[in-house]
Amino acid sequence: MHGLINRSIQCFLADTYGTDFWAAVAVGAGIGPQGFETMLHYDDALTEAVLSGAADRLGKPRAALLEDLGIFLVSNPRLEALRRLLRFGGEDFIEFLQSLDDLAGRARLAVPDLDLPDLELQEHGARRFRLLCRWHVPGGCHVMTGILRALADDYGALVVLNLCDATADDAAVEIELLDSRFSEGRGFSLAIPVDQGAA
Amino acid sequence: MSGPVSLTPSALGRLMPMHVLLAPDGRIRRVGPTLQKLRPGKLMTGHDLLSLFEMRRPRSARSIEWLMQAGQARLHLAFRQPPCTTFKGLVVGLGAEGALINLSFGISAVEAVAQYGLTLGDFAPTDLTVEMLYLVEAKTAVMEETRKLNQRLQAARVAAEEQAFTDTLTGLKNRRAMEHVLTRLVDRGGRFGLMHLDLDFFKAVNDSLGHAAGDHVLQQVARILVDETRREDTVARIGGDEFVVVIKGIVDAAELEATARRIICRLEEPIFFDGCPCRISASIGAIASTHYDRPDPGLMQHDADMALYASKRAGRGRMTMSDAMSIDRRRPGLTAASSAPGPLGTD
Repeated sequence: MHGLINRSIQCFLADTYGTDFWAAVAVGAGIGPQGFETMLHYDDALTEAVLSGAADRLGKPRAALLEDLGIFLVSNPRLEALRRLLRFGGEDFIEFLQSLDDLAGRARLAVPDLDLPDLELQEHGARRFRLLCRWHVPGGCHVMTGILRALADDYGALVVLNLCDATADDAAVEIELLDSRFSEGRGFSLAIPVDQGAA
Repeated sequence: MSGPVSLTPSALGRLMPMHVLLAPDGRIRRVGPTLQKLRPGKLMTGHDLLSLFEMRRPRSARSIEWLMQAGQARLHLAFRQPPCTTFKGLVVGLGAEGALINLSFGISAVEAVAQYGLTLGDFAPTDLTVEMLYLVEAKTAVMEETRKLNQRLQAARVAAEEQAFTDTLTGLKNRRAMEHVLTRLVDRGGRFGLMHLDLDFFKAVNDSLGHAAGDHVLQQVARILVDETRREDTVARIGGDEFVVVIKGIVDAAELEATARRIICRLEEPIFFDGCPCRISASIGAIASTHYDRPDPGLMQHDADMALYASKRAGRGRMTMSDAMSIDRRRPGLTAASSAPGPLGTD
């Protein structure tokens, strides 16, 4: 698994549950408390050890932890760069959904060896969608559920998300868009804000 | 399928959000919505093209007549009023109706989106400007991560160098490594001899032939010390021209002395640097771990140091066995160090 993804997980655990919690998880998984480097690659088993170690310690289902991770990725100010790169996908939430097919390709433009989930959006009518998610580690659709939830908020859209077929490798998220302009949402300008926090 | 195509103004605006439709006299009939957004509060329609834009290339484009007759031509232009954003564009003649110019930011896009607060909707979906902005931003973020990684690696390297066990000039162990070895030997109750060696007349080499000669001599000394000891012994350079040799399993003064004499003998052979002979010798203080009921690395080094000073005082180029426990282990031919050293020369 790419270091950028591992580092995001580390960032999420340390920010949300404290550095002591992260240190305990890191030791349990067999890495130092400094954790992951963003630009290196790690064995998938290490990522899995961190995730399951954290879920065990918290007594929280792995799926819920991954969904929280997805929300964190979009809503944490320290990862503003990531939110911005996702918002480049489209001007409103529907355009954003339609851009998800290209997400892995877009990411590879910037970081050629980044292994994001392969996403495929199926449209069932104007306001119902199904997002298929295939990844080399299980649980990608849980992270995507969190990302979609947080980004709907970011765009000011009101959506209902349902996970279906969660056991299969290519699980899917069902998305129902109730109102694309439910709230103001957060602004997005193409220019990089001057005081943007680094990821 | 041939023949003119007619477009509504809003379709034209969506296809080319930065177009300028010109009347035959060079007046602006209409502009695309994004272009108008760049001049808030100042309606472009009705103005002369050349009063708002400076035509930079080709120079002939500075006349309206040329623009009207150009047929199709590439253009480079810029706003006359600040911010003087630059554009690239294409002019297409429309016969009696005038001309159509389509503009784009080119590489000034990064600056322009910041200056004018542009959004995704300001660009035609076919325009790759947004992809370029995305790439610029993504690459910047990645570069930042790479920069941080390099900083961490640099810090780790400095820390590793501080913790290193090797003397970079000679390849011998350094003081840290030597202390580590001594502590381990003492902890395991090992028997060993300790020699503290200081070069004689080394300063003269440095002063007369320079530091390069001095470095060369130190490297040759290191080679000789390694040659004259066994693999299981430890040779360390612990200071400028100071060395420590830990000789495992040998505590007999006569054996230590024989080794010391061999070393001094070898060191007194001239070492050549650039054809010049460098002549040095060495003073040695030695101690055996069996001199102590409970050997202590610090005390042993201190006692060896005292013995070394005794060698210096006694005329250099010799070895002195320390007699720290006042047990009579003196042998003929050895000088006993029993008092603190007096003032010594630089060597």
